[in-house]
Amino acid sequence: MSFDVSDIKKDFPLLSCEENNDSLIYLDSAATSQKPQKVIDVVSSYYEEINANVHRGAYRLAEKATTAMEDAREKISDFIKSERSEEIIFTKNATESMNLVAKSWGAANLGEGDVVLLSSLEHHANIVPWHQLAESQGIEVRWIPLTESGLLDLTDLDRLLEGVKLVAVSGASNVLGTVPPVRTLADAAHAVGALCLVDASQYVPHRPTDVEELGCDFLAFTGHKMCGPTGIGVLWGRSELLEQMPPFLGGGEMILDVTQEGFTANTIPWKFEAGTPPISEIVGLGAAVDYLESVGMENVLEHERTLTTYALHTLADRFGDELIIHGPHDVSVRGGVLSMAYQDIHPHDVSQVLDDHGVCVRAGHHCAKPLMKLLGVGSTVRASLYLYNDESDVDALADALEATGKFFSR
Amino acid sequence: MSGLEDLYREIILDHYRNPRNQGELEVPPAVMAEGFNPLCGDEVKVHIQVDDGVIVDIKFDGQGCSISQSSASMMTTAITGKTLEEVEGIIYSFKQLMSIHEKSLEGGSETVDSSTTGLGDLQALQGVVKFPVRIKCATLGWNTLEQCFEELDEN
Repeated sequence: MSFDVSDIKKDFPLLSCEENNDSLIYLDSAATSQKPQKVIDVVSSYYEEINANVHRGAYRLAEKATTAMEDAREKISDFIKSERSEEIIFTKNATESMNLVAKSWGAANLGEGDVVLLSSLEHHANIVPWHQLAESQGIEVRWIPLTESGLLDLTDLDRLLEGVKLVAVSGASNVLGTVPPVRTLADAAHAVGALCLVDASQYVPHRPTDVEELGCDFLAFTGHKMCGPTGIGVLWGRSELLEQMPPFLGGGEMILDVTQEGFTANTIPWKFEAGTPPISEIVGLGAAVDYLESVGMENVLEHERTLTTYALHTLADRFGDELIIHGPHDVSVRGGVLSMAYQDIHPHDVSQVLDDHGVCVRAGHHCAKPLMKLLGVGSTVRASLYLYNDESDVDALADALEATGKFFSR
Repeated sequence: MSGLEDLYREIILDHYRNPRNQGELEVPPAVMAEGFNPLCGDEVKVHIQVDDGVIVDIKFDGQGCSISQSSASMMTTAITGKTLEEVEGIIYSFKQLMSIHEKSLEGGSETVDSSTTGLGDLQALQGVVKFPVRIKCATLGWNTLEQCFEELDEN
């Protein structure tokens, strides 16, 4: 491993406090991540020292708040290698980011018979807005199928792309862990005159992100899955596109002028940031970026790859055929999200016994009901790894699963 | 009794492994309703046949956790052959059981008397209240049954 996980764990008060240190095994970072003390401190000190509304204040305190917020925007822009910080739009979460693309770009550019191509891995946040457009504008929603092992089946990509105006795909699956070939899809989309949107909620927190390398036109992600606060999401978009798009929410901040007859919109990014922004959350996300940069995203990725390999081997060794881990098993094409079926014990019941052993996992459909249907299951048990997890966490998961098997065989 | 053992009593696991009254009825004359658990992952379908205000037949089906499926199974045995008024009483008693605060369970000061309320085996689900998030599993079949009654009222 490239960094010391036990040192990392100490940075996270919830994980390292006396009550939890040996007894809480947190394996649900795909749902939300824990926060380092530095991020918590920055959010608190914002309110203690520099809180004021941004952009319009004529006093020094307001300037400090504005600077703190816009500095965070720069940091986030650099974090994903965007060239212009105006391409960073703050939303409340990745779901809102994707809704913004659908309701602003989509509503203005898509019509009857236009196709939006989704992968069969998608989370509801990257499905429902397109179903809504199907209802309101008559677009067609089409699906890229999966292979047996949970990778995207691109054998028919040319045919799938007929009539497509947007390819919208997950950067990494929150169910199977699959990491689709985004660059291939973005290039294929551009070749037919379509755009590419990436739901990077499970991607940005876990690996170095470079929007130019990915080649996409829109990228959505969320702060609370990357050691940042809840209530802050990001939409990155190419400035040429954002400049053409109509505003999403209307109100203060996003205008240049308002009269009784109408309004003119502000320039980007503020055109898409109506009302008082979540300032403390933005500043907190900037601190999360600082923290992750200090660890190094290459290190985060390598750690997760190593730990995922350990997890796949350990679970296979200890449980064999009794434990199915869905999705690919090759860590070069999958991240640390492990959806499982254990014997014939229902995920609610598995997660109940795991909880009794202090192991936190998620049971359910993970906001991916179409994918559940393809897998032929109603729900799965999902454990997910992050930079503060280590081999002892994986061992604890295995021990708790074994206890679950024993409990339900009595 | 440990929390888990209280939750997963023998009778519950028995109903889960050997569900009673599993299946479907022909609609019409039966009515059907389908319910989904907000704690996602459970589905229950309930078919009921009502003649002259009596539940003459009831079937349930679905996929879900031990709590949701066993509760639905126990529900079917508790209400078969009962009048609609009697069933309303049983539903009320069951919902009372599910709303007992977990603290009062330990003191034994607050229980629902199964002999007077027709709850029978359902009493075993009392332990669910220690795990509030699973209450929705236990009540899924019952809420679906109530949807059946709404269907009946509409017809």
